[in-house]
Amino acid sequence: MNPHELARARPGEAFTATFDGRPVTALPGQTVAAALWAAGVRAWRSTRGTGRPRGVFCGIGVCFDCLVTVNGKADQRACLVPVRPGDEIRTQEGTGRDDGRGAGR
Amino acid sequence: MTGRAHLAVVGAGPAGLAGALSAAARGVRVTLIDAAGQAGGQFYRQPAPALGARRPEALHHQWRTWRRLADGLARHIAAGRITHLTDHHVWCVQRESDSFTVHALLGPAQEQGVTVRADAVLLATGGYERVLPFPGWTLPGVVTAGGAQAMLKGALVLPGRTAVVAGTGPLLLPVATGLAAAGTRVAALVESAGPTAVLRRAPDLAAHPAKLAEGAWYAALLLRHGVRTLSRHTVLEAHGTDRLTAVTVAALDRTGRIRPGSGRRISCDTLAVGHGMLPHTDLAEALGCTLAGTDVRVDGEQRTDVRGVWAAGETTGIGGAALALAEGHIAGRSAAARLHGTVPDPRAWAAAARVRTRLRAFFAALETVYAPPAGWAERIPDDTVVCRCEEVTAGPVRTAARSLGATDLRTAKLLTRAGMGWCQGRMCAPAVAALTGCPLTAGRRPFARPVPLGVLANLPDDDTAEQ
Repeated sequence: MNPHELARARPGEAFTATFDGRPVTALPGQTVAAALWAAGVRAWRSTRGTGRPRGVFCGIGVCFDCLVTVNGKADQRACLVPVRPGDEIRTQEGTGRDDGRGAGR
Repeated sequence: MTGRAHLAVVGAGPAGLAGALSAAARGVRVTLIDAAGQAGGQFYRQPAPALGARRPEALHHQWRTWRRLADGLARHIAAGRITHLTDHHVWCVQRESDSFTVHALLGPAQEQGVTVRADAVLLATGGYERVLPFPGWTLPGVVTAGGAQAMLKGALVLPGRTAVVAGTGPLLLPVATGLAAAGTRVAALVESAGPTAVLRRAPDLAAHPAKLAEGAWYAALLLRHGVRTLSRHTVLEAHGTDRLTAVTVAALDRTGRIRPGSGRRISCDTLAVGHGMLPHTDLAEALGCTLAGTDVRVDGEQRTDVRGVWAAGETTGIGGAALALAEGHIAGRSAAARLHGTVPDPRAWAAAARVRTRLRAFFAALETVYAPPAGWAERIPDDTVVCRCEEVTAGPVRTAARSLGATDLRTAKLLTRAGMGWCQGRMCAPAVAALTGCPLTAGRRPFARPVPLGVLANLPDDDTAEQ
């Protein structure tokens, strides 16, 4: 049994996004966090102080641990942001302002 | 604006839905404002429509109640009595003489502001999970119990292949059984409360046969899924370098101390952990509503002590979906009467009031059964991260109280930065309070979530943005 069988889900057509340049298959309706979990990825941020890996913790938008860079925009909560076809998801380093394209775009 | 009285309901979980429906049924124009894309809150969190779940009830309890609420909401929306604003993240409610302005940020990007004017407000903002720190709790693969459940219900994804569900509280039961039913191997359910604590409160708990039946039903499910239950046990440490690989659990004695030599290691890639819940009270605090401990204080009509502001559900105290429904129902009826300029007759909601009394007593008894184990704070090693956002460890937090004289959370925060990060102390406040001996008080945050400066700069000072 898996969750899709359990809920008898018939999702829309899968599409591709990328995580740190690698293709990741995602489904419409999924958040960035859900797509990454489904792809076996658990961490997509390294902390500002000690550079430790982090991913989803609270899953409902309270804790801000799952911050991620999506299409060059840093500090997105992966558990809230829907994934879209072609999204470039990247591991957020530190504050997200030093990892290439900055937070402001 | 039409001439009809207008109630803004913040939160579309059980309390907000019950409040919105009962007010709308009594001639009040209602705007239901919620952060999620669909109504339901956490308890009735729905799979995203694009996932095409044809049997979402497989992930839920009390589905018939949900159908009734959802059908009622759809009817009122179709009739123009309720406006449902989804993806609206409310960050502040302001009172201006006899009206209210609800400020929200729109959509996942949360960069655009929206304001809603109303004559009265019902706060139904629910609660969030309390997780107490231990070594390794920041490793990827460690999630809150409710977070694991939210990802399963909303996105139909599992956190991993093998999970340990741990902590304390009734939420652990649906999480463990839900994950197991959906295909995760649940290696253990680790509950720090012991059977004797439950027996001590047996008379209080036995007064609720429906709840006892629910407990028995979960016990049967755990058995069916082969989930091993370790009661009076606690997680000592989560192991792994870059992600979780195992946890060490240990038995507790009757006083809540670790039994020496009882530690055992359980391999897992997921630890779903939670130690009860805390109410979301930011909006009430900013409005100036009085709190009792960590709960918004309400009267028999669910009114706060700020005129025109009602509160219902877990924001007034943790008590589950059935209590939230009863409180929301009462709040909606009271608000409708008061907005029509009449004094409501409490006999009109006598049945809901009885449910409220019973369930409040039941959850007060549960709270004593499912208290975190004695001595948990002393067990946290000095080098364990306490504030996840600012990476503040237990050592400096202890020093702030012992050597620097911090006697309240705010001073501890200023001395250590614990609570100064993105989540504004929501995750670490209970631990900082326990480590320092400071009382766990309200956060007194002016904003309930981060707000872009551009939104603040562009706040309307006229009625042009009125909805």
